[in-house]
Formats: sequence, structure tokens, C-alpha cells
Amino acid sequence: MTQTSDAIEARTASQTTIVLDGTEVPFCDGETLYEISRRHRKEVPTLCYDDRLDAFGACRLCVVEVDGFRNPVASCTTKATPGMVVRSTSETLERHRKTLMELVVSENTGGSARNGNIDVDPLRGLKSQELSNLATRYEVDGTRFAGATSGKSRQDDGNPFILRDYDKCISCYRCVRVCAEREGDYAISVMNRGFHTQITTEFDSKLEDSACTFCGQCVQTCPTGALADRKALRDAETPGELKKTRTVCPYCGVGCSVDMLSKGDKIVGIHPAMDGPANQGALCIKGQYAFDFIQHPDRLQTPMIRASNGQLVPATWDEALDRAAAGFLAANRDHGRHSIYAIASGRAPHESAYSVQKFIRAGFASNHVDNCSRA
Amino acid sequence: MSNPLSDMEKPDVIFAIGTNMTECHPVAATRLKRALRNGAKMIVADPRRIPLAEMADLYLPLRVGSDVALLLGMAHVIAREGLIDQEFLETRTTGSEQFLAHVAEFTPEWAESICGVPAADIEQAAKWYGAAERGAIYYTLGITEHICGVDNVQSLCNLVLMTGNIGRPGTGINPMRGQNNIQGAGDCGAIPANFPGFQPVTDPANQAKFEKLYGKKVDLERGITKVRALERAAEKTMKAMLIVGENTAVSDPDRKHCEHALTSLDHLVVIDIFPNETTALADVVLPATAWGETDGVYTNTERRVQRVRQAVPPQGEARPEWWIIAQIAKRCGIPGFEYESAKDVFNELCSVSPIYRGLDWDRIDKGEYHWPVPEAGHPGTPVLHETEFKNGRGVFTVVGYRDPAEVVDDDYPVWLTTGRRLQNYHTRTMTGRASGIDYLQPEEFLEVHPDNVTAWGLEDGGMCRMSSSRGSIEIRVRATDKSPRGTVFCSFGFGDVRVNDLTGSGYDPVTETAELKVCPVRLERV
Ligand code: SF4
Ligand code: SF4
Ligand code: FES
Repeated sequence: MTQTSDAIEARTASQTTIVLDGTEVPFCDGETLYEISRRHRKEVPTLCYDDRLDAFGACRLCVVEVDGFRNPVASCTTKATPGMVVRSTSETLERHRKTLMELVVSENTGGSARNGNIDVDPLRGLKSQELSNLATRYEVDGTRFAGATSGKSRQDDGNPFILRDYDKCISCYRCVRVCAEREGDYAISVMNRGFHTQITTEFDSKLEDSACTFCGQCVQTCPTGALADRKALRDAETPGELKKTRTVCPYCGVGCSVDMLSKGDKIVGIHPAMDGPANQGALCIKGQYAFDFIQHPDRLQTPMIRASNGQLVPATWDEALDRAAAGFLAANRDHGRHSIYAIASGRAPHESAYSVQKFIRAGFASNHVDNCSRA
Repeated sequence: MSNPLSDMEKPDVIFAIGTNMTECHPVAATRLKRALRNGAKMIVADPRRIPLAEMADLYLPLRVGSDVALLLGMAHVIAREGLIDQEFLETRTTGSEQFLAHVAEFTPEWAESICGVPAADIEQAAKWYGAAERGAIYYTLGITEHICGVDNVQSLCNLVLMTGNIGRPGTGINPMRGQNNIQGAGDCGAIPANFPGFQPVTDPANQAKFEKLYGKKVDLERGITKVRALERAAEKTMKAMLIVGENTAVSDPDRKHCEHALTSLDHLVVIDIFPNETTALADVVLPATAWGETDGVYTNTERRVQRVRQAVPPQGEARPEWWIIAQIAKRCGIPGFEYESAKDVFNELCSVSPIYRGLDWDRIDKGEYHWPVPEAGHPGTPVLHETEFKNGRGVFTVVGYRDPAEVVDDDYPVWLTTGRRLQNYHTRTMTGRASGIDYLQPEEFLEVHPDNVTAWGLEDGGMCRMSSSRGSIEIRVRATDKSPRGTVFCSFGFGDVRVNDLTGSGYDPVTETAELKVCPVRLERV
């Protein structure tokens, strides 16, 4: 959004342009070739790129051709300079990308990559299908470079939130980078190099013994599902279409935007909203994982009233509402308007608090209303 | 917050006081971490060596409840070192002469004698914040939950007014709200002193307006606070109460008193999503829809007004709170509750609230507005006080230091302070029922400095009895140097560890906020 308007400003201000696939296009200072290409809806493939992170330039899938450069350059790390002539696609580039994809997919043994069918459940994480989508686009199945895989699964890490299925890892370092750059937690790190690369925690421990806060950001940026949302995957077999509903986290006052995932009547998981105005894709453990309380069997299911024997017993809505109203009317009649008080919730939506204060003010000509400052 | 969350990446000096941000507002804390990466300096003042303290350039370990002394010492240095923003002082504030004469008395050495922070560190903090290009203050309940909560906030405001660190990006005075919609509950008028939109109930113009809107005479006096209402219930002059979504019986201080107050009522109606200690005392319990089951609006800590949406059907016969309250109102013969949807209720709120007047249900679909939004087409107000304060000029307040309501003595020689932990939230009605969370923190524990564990004959991992003048509880001990010597910490999250049996020694005289942060206790091994 801002980039588009910045770009318009750039055009009117200084007329700095490049030629992209034969068309002259403006750009603003500091923009990379990838950012410009994406703005013009060029389908440049990426794997190690996440627009919230510093560009890394590791996977080289995003290469483009630039006049005057002998080899293709990584568009995610190359900044535009005036007059550049850039091709985002060509036969050579596509061949190169396909070869790279074959290499990458050969590393990824999970999800039956070998028969050309990398099937990743979207419940694994927000970006978990990036690799499988590209595999489909480039029609690769990983048979050409069979052999090395990076990492090994940590089946022993029994934490209930993050599945560490490193057989699927392609060493894009996005998890490590999001942890360091966005969270500032530095809980995950990289061991070794090349085919021996392995994503791990500090001292190769379990996550719960590391600096990990279980914010789930690594899971949500992983392009292969190697890091996966263990809680959501409990519902992998639950029937029904996966539905997303945009809403806001119910915990603290930061107000992070999330997409609530549901199948049928069941809430199954949470995805962070990358365009959430307060959080820009970030979440903490509560917003990411503490969602299923709403469908806990303890929930109050029916109205209840206190019976003559002193017990709370189930009642119909009519009975309960009549009883509720009668008590307030009686207090008002016998003891006056100031014998009634209401406490609104700091967790319920506005409509609740507004109705509570109106009930007291319009109903009993009183200002005896407050909210729970801490509960 | 005077400034938006995105501004948290912009200060060059951060002063965080009484906020355990990495645990209580983790996503906001990631923004501060980015400011640090960009080279900002951070001063952290907190009795406990919280994670934020580990990241600080300067950590001020003050004694619980001594914030005013620390802040007076800082104000003294800012004045003495000529770090006052004179132009700001002259054009935007009043009361500076009296205030500056007052702070001249309170040297950092004096402050050290009260709060225990070395005078040299107080000087350093004052110099950094005073000289900041963009200085920003962040605080939470660690500042407000004291008998001197208002004094604490005013002391912070004084620093802001001296240095002009307000009204610009990356500055400001920024309280972080603990609950998802506690800001919204205030916006909506669920407070005794204000109609919706913070319109004072004692202002005749507002009274006339709401008389017309609600078709009924309004009260000319402010209402009483929840704390007083519970007192009156205990005295049997308050007779009927409606409680929505609050476990009043355990979340409020001095639990025995609360339970007694609630059982003394003739009529208690509770609307909630789970059974709890408070619903157990009710005459009528009404099941409400939970998050994810209803449409509505929250306002976050940066005054951003955002929509929440229904994704799944309600459990059982649960209904939205607005519907339930409207049904009771209709049965009481109160007009004006003919709502068909949450949208109707919210749009009515917008029509009566000057800070929401430019908003409606559809306009807030994407959540880009920060109130006030005084008229349609207004872009909203991410930064408050850009050119003037609400009532014109910023007023300096002369604040003096007071001891907490109770101080440690021979019988209760240890300071207890309470708060929240990352994984758990409030009384755990929600996180306690989300699977997996128990894996990380199955039970509550008391954080005690390792030296104290030995000195007091306790055992790391063993149980201890903790008593205040109001009651006593048993809790497991954990040795950690997060706690300073002589001060212990636990959260109030677990119902079986009834910390609020102990707390509740006093209230702020202005806001009647309970002093939950400080309580003298005694510890014994069991
Ligand atoms: S675990 Fe996922 S995000 Fe991390 S390096 Fe491997 S593929 Fe990339
Ligand atoms: S995700 Fe965490 S930081 Fe964000 S609103 Fe929820 S509790 Fe607060
Ligand atoms: S996306 Fe550019 S190198 Fe990976």
C-alpha cells in the first residue's frame, strides 16, 4: 500500500525509472528489483524471502536478468538503480529456477515429494504451502537429485505447540531470522553448513529449555511445514472445509489481528494476520495457541436460577430473564435507584459495556456503573 | 497511549517503568527490541529483574512502591542540569514555577535513601531522558496499582512536561492496557464519572444531552466505584448487582471481604462464559457467547477501534451480552433497547460519543482508526496532544512521596508484589482451559532470591506458608535472582493459590484502584 503511493510520489518527484520486461516503471529509493517486480504482478518465485525480514539472498530462486551483468542476480537483494534493464522471466531463467527447485525438493523428503505430490496441510502453518505450490508450478518431483536431506526430526521434543519435522527443512533460515529480527529472542540457530545444515535451538536442546517463548512465528513463516503447528494439526482429519475469519486476539490490550481457522462448528487454529494494523503479523503464545478455551466442556450452556432449596438449577431464557428483571425492579422499588450496581467487562466487546451503562443510566437514573479494572 | 504502537520503534531513549512488557504485552515488546536494534537507549525501572531489565542500558531496581521518590529525584536532575525544554514549558504548560521550586528539595541522594537506587544511576537516567531527542515513557499496572497510583502517573507526566517529550512521533506517555477491551469499556461509559466518550456526568450540557437521548432524567451526581459498591453491599445498603464477565470474588483484593459483600446482596445476576466462584454466588446465571462466537468491537491500548467477528456458532444456549442485557431492560420496562444486532448497538454508541462520532460499524472494518475521530472523513488521531492538551495547557502537579499503605515490619518483614506471567492471563479462566498451556506452567510458584531462600530456611522447590495480616496461603518456592533480596513475587493466576487473600491493604484515594502491587508478608517453611 504505502509502497504504491510512495512509488507514485517517486514518479512525480524525480522520474527515476527502470525498464522491467520492456516497460518503463518508476521506483523509489532503496527498492529492490523483487519489490518492484511484485508491485507489477510479475510472478518471481521466492523461498528464503519474507517481506518482514531483511533480504537474505540464499535460495537464488528469485534471480532476474539485468543488462550489463553476466550472471542473473538475486532480485530480493539487488537494489534498483536508474536506467536498469531487467527481465523477470526468460527461458534461461525458468530453466535455472526449475533446476534449483529440483535441488530443493530433493532435500525435502517429507510429504511424498518423490512421487511429485508434495501435499502439505495448510494447518501446518500460514506459509507452509509455499514450497509445494512452487513444486507444482515447476513440475518437479525431487527424483533428479535424490540423496541428501538436511536435519533430522526432533520427535523427542514433546512440546504441545511446535512440531519440528526437519526432514522437510530446506535451510531457508526464515525461522532463525524471524526469531532474531522480529522477536529478538534468538532461540533458534543454525548448525553446520551445506547438506549438513540443521536448524536447532541454542545448545541443540528442546525448545522449552531454550529462550523460546512459543510465539509460533517460526512456524508461521516456514515455507515447507517443517516447523508446524502441532495444536492445529490435531484437526488434520476433522472433516469440513477450512474457513478463515478475521478477528482480534482476546487477551491483552495490544489487539493483534488474527485469522481464526475453523472447520464446521469447530475452531481449529489461528493464523497471524500479516496486515494486522497493530501487530503486522506478530503474535505471542496466548494469541497463537490459547484459542481453544471457547469450546471447553466447562462452558456455561444454559441459563440458571437459584431454586428454593438454594441450588442453582437450569432454567429457560424466559424464566431466567424474568427473574433477573424482577430482582432489579424490587430493589429499585424497595430501596431506591442507588441500591443497584453494575460491573461491565473489560474483555467483552463494546456492545456489552455500552448496554450495561445504558441499563443503569437510562433504567435507574443512576451512575452506579464501573468496569473490571483487573480480573 | 498518547502514541501508536508503531511509534515504539522510533524513540532514541526509552523509559519503561512498572511494565513487564515482554511477558504482559509481548508483541509490543518486539517493537521495543527493534528500537534497541536501531540504537535506542533503554532505562528500565522495576523492583524485579524482569527480562526487559536484562536488555536495558540502565536498570533501576527500585523498592516496591517508591516510584514517586525515584521520579522526583529524576525531575530534580533534569531541572538542575538545564535539560528543561524552555519553549515547551512556556507555551504549553502551567504551574512550572511551583513545581520547580518543589523538586529543588529532592536530590538524587534523597531519592536513593527511599527507593534504594544509587544516586549516580538516577542522575544518569535523568540525563538520558532529559536530553533525548525523542523520549518515550511506557508503563502498566506496576505504576497504577498502588495507593499512590495517581501520584505515580502525575510524576511521569511532570517529566514529560519538563522535557517536551510529547506530541511527536516516538515520544509520549504510554500506558499499556492489560485487557483486550478495558480501554473500550471506558470509552463506552462503563465508569461512574463519565457518559460514553468520557463526557463528565456532572456537566449540565451532558446531562441535558443524555436526558434527551435516553428519554429519562439522569443522575446529577457521579456514581460510586466498584470498591465502594462492594463495601456498601457488605453494609447491606447495596442490594442488587449485575456483573458481566468478571470473577469479582477472586480477582479483587481482600477476597474474604469480596465474598462476604456478594453473599450479602439480595439479588446477584452474573453474565459469563464459565462457571466460577462468582457465578456460584449468583441468583441468576446467564451464559454469554465467547470470543469467536459473536460480532463486536474492541479498542486496543493505542485507541485503535477494531472489529471482532463470529467464526463458529455459540456453545449451548449462549447469547451475546448486548442481547441479554436488552432482554432484561425490556422486562424492566426500560425503553431504547430495540437492537437487532451488535451493529445497531455500536452505531448508537458512535452517535452519542464525540470521540467516535466520525466512526460507524462499516467504517472500522479494517481497523485503521485511532480515536478521537470527531467527524466523518477525519483520519483519526494516532498521536495525541500534538499542538495542545485536552484542556489547553499541560498542568504540573506537585507530588510528594508517601509510604505504601502497609510497610514491612517485624511481623511481616518481606515485600510481596504480584503480577502476570507470559503463558497465563488473569485468573486463567481462558488460558487454563486452552490445551497445552499447562505444559509450560502447571502451577503457581513464589519467586524468592536464592540468598533469601537460604537465610529464611526455605527450600527451592519446597512449599512455604505466606501470610499477611489478612490471611495465609501455601505456595511452592522457586529460587531466582529475578527477585531482589527482601521482595518476593507471584502471579494471581491460579485459583488454588489465593494470592488475593493476602493483598488489599489500601486504595488510591482518587481512582480507588487497589494496592495490589505491594503487600508485607511473612514466609515459613512447611
Ligand atoms: S525449518 Fe522451515 S523456516 Fe526454518 S530453515 Fe527449515 S524450511 Fe526454513
Ligand atoms: S497475541 Fe499476545 S500481544 Fe497480541 S493481543 Fe494477543 S496476548 Fe496481546
Ligand atoms: S528469495 Fe531471493 S534469494 Fe531467496
